[in-house]
Amino acid sequence: MLQFLIVLAILAVVVIVVTGPLRSVSRPSATADDSTEIADLEAAREAKYREIRDAELDHSTGKLSDEDFEAVDRTLRAEAVEILHALDRARRA
Amino acid sequence: MALTGRALLILGLGVAVFGAGASLYGARTGRREWVECGRRSVYALAGLMTLAFVILEAAFLRSDFTFNVVAGHSSTTTPTFYKLTAPWSSQEGSLLLWVWLLSLWSSLVLFLTRGKVREIVPYATAILLGFGTFFLSLTVFYANPFATTSNPPAEGAGLDPLLLHPSMMIHPPMLYSGYTLLTIPFAFAVGALITGRLGSEWIAVVRRFALAAWLFLGIGILLGARWSYTELGWGGYWAWDPVENAALMPWLCITAFIHSAMIQEKRGMLKVWNASLVLGSATLAIIGTFLVRSGVLDSIHAFGASTLGVPFVLLIAAMVCGSIGLVVWRRPQLRSESQLDSLLSREAVFLFQNLVLVAMVFVVFWVTFFPLISEAVTGTKVSVGPPAFRPFIVPLALVLVLLSGIGPIIAWRRVTVANLRRNFTIPVLVGLVTLVVLIVAGGGTSSRPLALIMFGLGGFVIATVVQEIWRGVSARRAMSRDPVPVALVQLIRRNRRRYGGYIVHAGLAVLLIGVAASSSFQHSSDVSLAPGQHAVVNGYTIRYVRPLASASAQKISFGAVLDVSKGGKHVTTLTTTRGFYPAQDPTLGIIGRFFNGSADSNVGLRAGITKDIWTVINPDLGPLQGLISKGDRLFAADESQIMSRASKVSTQQTQQSLNALFAERDAAISGLVARFKSHPWSVNFLLIVSPLVTWIWLGALIIAFGGLIALWPVPAFARRRAVARAGAGRRTSPAVAARETA
Repeated sequence: MLQFLIVLAILAVVVIVVTGPLRSVSRPSATADDSTEIADLEAAREAKYREIRDAELDHSTGKLSDEDFEAVDRTLRAEAVEILHALDRARRA
Repeated sequence: MALTGRALLILGLGVAVFGAGASLYGARTGRREWVECGRRSVYALAGLMTLAFVILEAAFLRSDFTFNVVAGHSSTTTPTFYKLTAPWSSQEGSLLLWVWLLSLWSSLVLFLTRGKVREIVPYATAILLGFGTFFLSLTVFYANPFATTSNPPAEGAGLDPLLLHPSMMIHPPMLYSGYTLLTIPFAFAVGALITGRLGSEWIAVVRRFALAAWLFLGIGILLGARWSYTELGWGGYWAWDPVENAALMPWLCITAFIHSAMIQEKRGMLKVWNASLVLGSATLAIIGTFLVRSGVLDSIHAFGASTLGVPFVLLIAAMVCGSIGLVVWRRPQLRSESQLDSLLSREAVFLFQNLVLVAMVFVVFWVTFFPLISEAVTGTKVSVGPPAFRPFIVPLALVLVLLSGIGPIIAWRRVTVANLRRNFTIPVLVGLVTLVVLIVAGGGTSSRPLALIMFGLGGFVIATVVQEIWRGVSARRAMSRDPVPVALVQLIRRNRRRYGGYIVHAGLAVLLIGVAASSSFQHSSDVSLAPGQHAVVNGYTIRYVRPLASASAQKISFGAVLDVSKGGKHVTTLTTTRGFYPAQDPTLGIIGRFFNGSADSNVGLRAGITKDIWTVINPDLGPLQGLISKGDRLFAADESQIMSRASKVSTQQTQQSLNALFAERDAAISGLVARFKSHPWSVNFLLIVSPLVTWIWLGALIIAFGGLIALWPVPAFARRRAVARAGAGRRTSPAVAARETA
């Protein structure tokens, strides 16, 4: 009997917890597409920042010559600016 | 509490099914509240499985033999430490552990991804709960850990003695954590493929979990190797056993992904490849679980034949077909955004390294499953052993080590010849000097050229890592003027992925040097010695000093004290024993069952940084067999006499007679065991002198340390800067922002 009551209590708690969101007022999720695009761009921006940082570290530890670093850094900066522009456009939209 | 436990499993199954359905419904209709229900279902499942596991652990701790699984895998004399580990020595308990860990890791990833990858998360949730549903169905319908009996035995069967080893406390949870963590990248990859969100965001989410899976699986594999080395009594640490291979394959696959994911993050390349690696890793993890549980291949680690094979085959088929279908469907969107700039670049090295790792997976898979393939084709199960792996794995491992040295010292995107010369000179010299010194030390020739090449390559890799760290420290000191130790800590702290990875590469080199040395230059001798006799192995004189013997209710033990000396000088004294645990089978005889049950070995080991001296006794019980058989006959006659009188005397009198008989039996067993000391005879010993085995464990520790560094979260201050930078948005140039983060 005690076990039955314990199971019943657990069941009640689980039902309340799991179905909680269905009882609250739902918010529209029309911006899901936009936020996903922004999130994608933010991830790309972070990856690009990391890549710039890696190139700098490669240069400072001698893996990249000055000329190579300049070329790579220029390319990476251009790509990063492109991502930042796209991020701006997405945020404005 | 068995009823509560069973109810929790059924409730968990219901929650998993509901959560998966709610997530899919929410994803299809865009109704976030249903998606949130799915997320909460995962949290609820974690709570329910935690409760269920606690109930099972409590049953083991209090030796509640009404639980079948407790009666079958524990006893009142099992030490408390091992009672805690006993649940996963059973099929039923280990399935519960699987689903419990799955629910915990799933909860963690869903907690960490709140508000992120919102389109992918519902599908990932459904997939994770789908795995939960599968494993819970197995525990509910096939292997219930809460099954009970109304007629419990007075004593349990006890834990398999081979599992009475500290590694067994951690080894299975580590492996299962690795396997269950692999389902997370799988779930997010499927979500990304379904939604078409195939950018780098899902990679960023799963990267850390893939690394955690790699780390846990790696630790699990190494603990298993350590257990094999010190417990199984065959002198090795890796036998290419199907279950060992089953853990190695997903580990190799996820190692490839950890490297190639960086290329997708940086260059938008290898999207098909990365998705395939993630899907393949999880499928291989399930195949590994299937191998352990189905009994289709013979293995010392497996649970033996069971009825779980068919459900697993169906799951594997669904994963393989679904994965291929999704990748083919999304192929147009999985095209690379850029191309390799140069074959002399880090991404090219990573790509080549990926091919080598996948080739290794293919070799291990093919040779492991060859007995099944041959049976399917010819009707005969052809057994293949370690020799079938070596011709393929050794050259691939050599290439892998070479690439793990090249990777850290070659830049992304492009490299000039001058830079290559500058970066490679010292490491190549170190590698060559290592090789030449070893060849000269070996007398100019060697019968093990591949091992020597591995040592040279190992020297090369370690030199590259040391050079990289030193240059990084120097660059940092040039800016900050910090002392070397501070600069080193700051360098690693701010570049955890990079330097954690470098440390892992150094650890891998150390580990593989140990493997090459111990497998190529091992000296072993299988000898029969009487007390006072000795054998010589690789210049070490190993003398059998005296026998050891003991008997208790749990175990009979025969052993030996060995004296090891070299050139007349005492090196060490070793003790090795072999324990015999009483069998429950009465047909083995009243005395005989104490000598014919499970056995384990306690090796006499002197581990050193240059070599291990490893010994094990394998006593021949033949000289006792006549006395054992005689004892069986006498005691069987006495017992049947007591039982035939049982109807004429009181139960108490019968019990007293039986107790007296058992006391005589114990005395007889003690007498038999004592003969091993009083009338010693020749016994077999396996004596091994093996170089650099300790390097394997040392390398594993270095790998784990490097993995932890790479896995450790980014410091809070760096995250705050990143957030501030994101807030500043366009005002800060990307290079400045990157420098700030560095």
